Amino acid sequence: MKLNGSQLICESLLLEGVESIFGLPGGAILPLYQTLPEYPSLKHILVRHEQGASHAADGFARVSGKPGVAWATSGPGATNLVTGIATAQMDSVPIVVITGQVPRAAIGSDAFQETDTTGITLPVTKHNYLVMDASEIPQIIKEAFHIASTGRPGPVLIDVPKDVQTEETEFDSETFATNYKNIKIDLPGYKPTLEGNIAQIKRAIKLIEDSQKPIILAGHGIIFSNAYEELKDLAEKAQIPVITTLLGISSFPETHVLSAGWPGMHGMAYSSIAIEQADLLIALGMRFDDRITGKPSTFATKSKKIHVDIDPSEISKNIKADVPIVGDIKHVLQKLNPLVKSKSHAKWLKEIEDLKVEHPSLQIRNTEKLLPQYVIKCLDEVTKGDAIIVTGVGQHQMWAAQHYTYTEPKTLVTSGGSGAMGYEVPGAMGAQVARPDKTVWSIAGDGGFQMTMAELATLVENKIPVKFAILNNNFLGMVRQWQEFFFDKDYVATEYSRNPDFVKLAEAFGMLGLKVTEKKQVKSAIQKAMDYDGPALIDFVVEEEENVYPMIPAGQSVENLIEEPNPEKAVSS
Amino acid sequence: MISNTLSKHTITALVQDKPGVLNRISSMFRRRGFNISSLAVGQSESETLSRMTFVVDGDDKVVEQVTKHLHKLIDVIKVTDISEENVISRELALIKVKAGAEHRDQVMQISSMFRANIIDVSKDFLLVEATGDENKINSLINLLRDIGISEVMRTGSVAMNRASNKGSKKIKQSIVSTRKWDEAASV
Repeated sequence: MKLNGSQLICESLLLEGVESIFGLPGGAILPLYQTLPEYPSLKHILVRHEQGASHAADGFARVSGKPGVAWATSGPGATNLVTGIATAQMDSVPIVVITGQVPRAAIGSDAFQETDTTGITLPVTKHNYLVMDASEIPQIIKEAFHIASTGRPGPVLIDVPKDVQTEETEFDSETFATNYKNIKIDLPGYKPTLEGNIAQIKRAIKLIEDSQKPIILAGHGIIFSNAYEELKDLAEKAQIPVITTLLGISSFPETHVLSAGWPGMHGMAYSSIAIEQADLLIALGMRFDDRITGKPSTFATKSKKIHVDIDPSEISKNIKADVPIVGDIKHVLQKLNPLVKSKSHAKWLKEIEDLKVEHPSLQIRNTEKLLPQYVIKCLDEVTKGDAIIVTGVGQHQMWAAQHYTYTEPKTLVTSGGSGAMGYEVPGAMGAQVARPDKTVWSIAGDGGFQMTMAELATLVENKIPVKFAILNNNFLGMVRQWQEFFFDKDYVATEYSRNPDFVKLAEAFGMLGLKVTEKKQVKSAIQKAMDYDGPALIDFVVEEEENVYPMIPAGQSVENLIEEPNPEKAVSS
Repeated sequence: MISNTLSKHTITALVQDKPGVLNRISSMFRRRGFNISSLAVGQSESETLSRMTFVVDGDDKVVEQVTKHLHKLIDVIKVTDISEENVISRELALIKVKAGAEHRDQVMQISSMFRANIIDVSKDFLLVEATGDENKINSLINLLRDIGISEVMRTGSVAMNRASNKGSKKIKQSIVSTRKWDEAASV
């Protein structure tokens, strides 16, 4: 049987190992949808809004390590995907997005539901394609998955005009699998460097040997490269403390004796101070984001920098590298580790331990009030640190990153670079689809949750048992905090004076809904939600004007660190 | 990204000749805040590849970022930063000079000094065609401006390394062609 464009898409996706697709139909992608019943092993999850599809594909990819797939129709379908695509781009997440487009002859005529999808997504994709001939589909899909998942991963979009979806090709269903296997990826402009340059690695070794106060900065790259063991080897062999970035959290067990937190705007004070005191930063798969550096000119001026990244354009982009190494972290560390001499930095490790005592960033005030940090602490206890945590963006995200103990890779799923509120619902959906065996807790704010809560229907419909902890403070909390700190408590447009009843809402969607207003109810509610067979939601009515500490204000340095007032009253829970 | 100590760098790029490639490149320049002072595009020695010449304003750090971000684009195959002293750079300019009979000799004299050609003459105008590097064209335009220029059309520079200087230490970085990113980044 000759295959048409839609069949080629489905056949190619199957051969790429795709099992789940998040999407929503519309006119320009209808031929593809009508082909789906021929491919029952492609599980389609029908979302309520296309942003849900792209975020879910992103959450799926972060947890599974495989490219997530989302698709939608032309025009508004495509533009609704964009937030999710941009989120994946900023955090280097491999997703493949397919959009329907108006028929070829109508392109450029302002046809119904026409938008320039490749034009719109050009700056927020690693690469994109407009397919003008159905016979190119297998080649393009193979390239798309290759580009999305290799080098520095990222989103790839394929825009397929409606008549290309129905166009018959010479490909035959009998021989297609062999044909697909034999397609050569021909991308002369895309050859990521995997192996680090040995001369540079030797220079790095010299710096490591000479260093008295080294620190490893472990980023998202460790996770993409699956370099956990190599990272641990390096840290343990040379006794180097490991600080992760926000997205690097879970790349190194936080229970490890060499774990030294995460730094930056809302990171642990001791991590940020340790970075300033270090004489060597070994940056692995991270990009010196402004939330970490604050003011770049005053960032970590006492240290030399070894910067390992697979993307050459990240090296010396924000912070100048003394030893740049372009390559895949795993490959680089496999070459570097055997050359590293065993060392003990007892004095330096003691200094960091002292910093942890002097700046106890993770303590929670002893109060009868229901504090959001306390809720996270209880989640950590009840789940024994074994859940996958997905967050939105804002205060709850920072508390979730601070107060949960991450020991296993890929257990924190959060929109870092893009800071996309609304990630918490569909992102958790994707994470749960990737790992049906794990408990997925979405830690949400009442603001972001309402941006994408329509996907609760998708969760119930598809029996995806995500558990939600809404830290409900009736505010856009992080913005409120900035208004408190920097705008004299002038709370403009940050208060939600009439939030919906989240418990009734959960029930309306067909979920379990629980409300918690007191400390003593927290743990039992968490347990009840976990015992419930299906998606569940807990509305934690928390202290409204609680702030995230510590804080280094935007564009400033460690010396401007704001720590929790009255630390003497703080006691660890 | 914008530096206070601007200098001009010439960068050439070998790119896939596909629809939208110029858009990908110009979009990258725009969103990262890089300044292009001129851009010329044309077919290369291969039918499927185009060669672009960019003249970019910026210090070494900016130029390093420009070359890296250019190369990050999937359709860009090779990027070369060719240092000013080794580059042969040419642009074509068409200059319409408002010159009646009384100024024609003067225009012709200036043009001849610059080895430029008069390619059209009318009652009130002369059309001058000039080829040369950017400085030469600038000088010619300055001189003709005193007589009266009504229109200027410049192609932007196209540039190439001198074959005889290949291997010279002065060739700063053929960074991307050799793909020794890690070494290049430390230059």
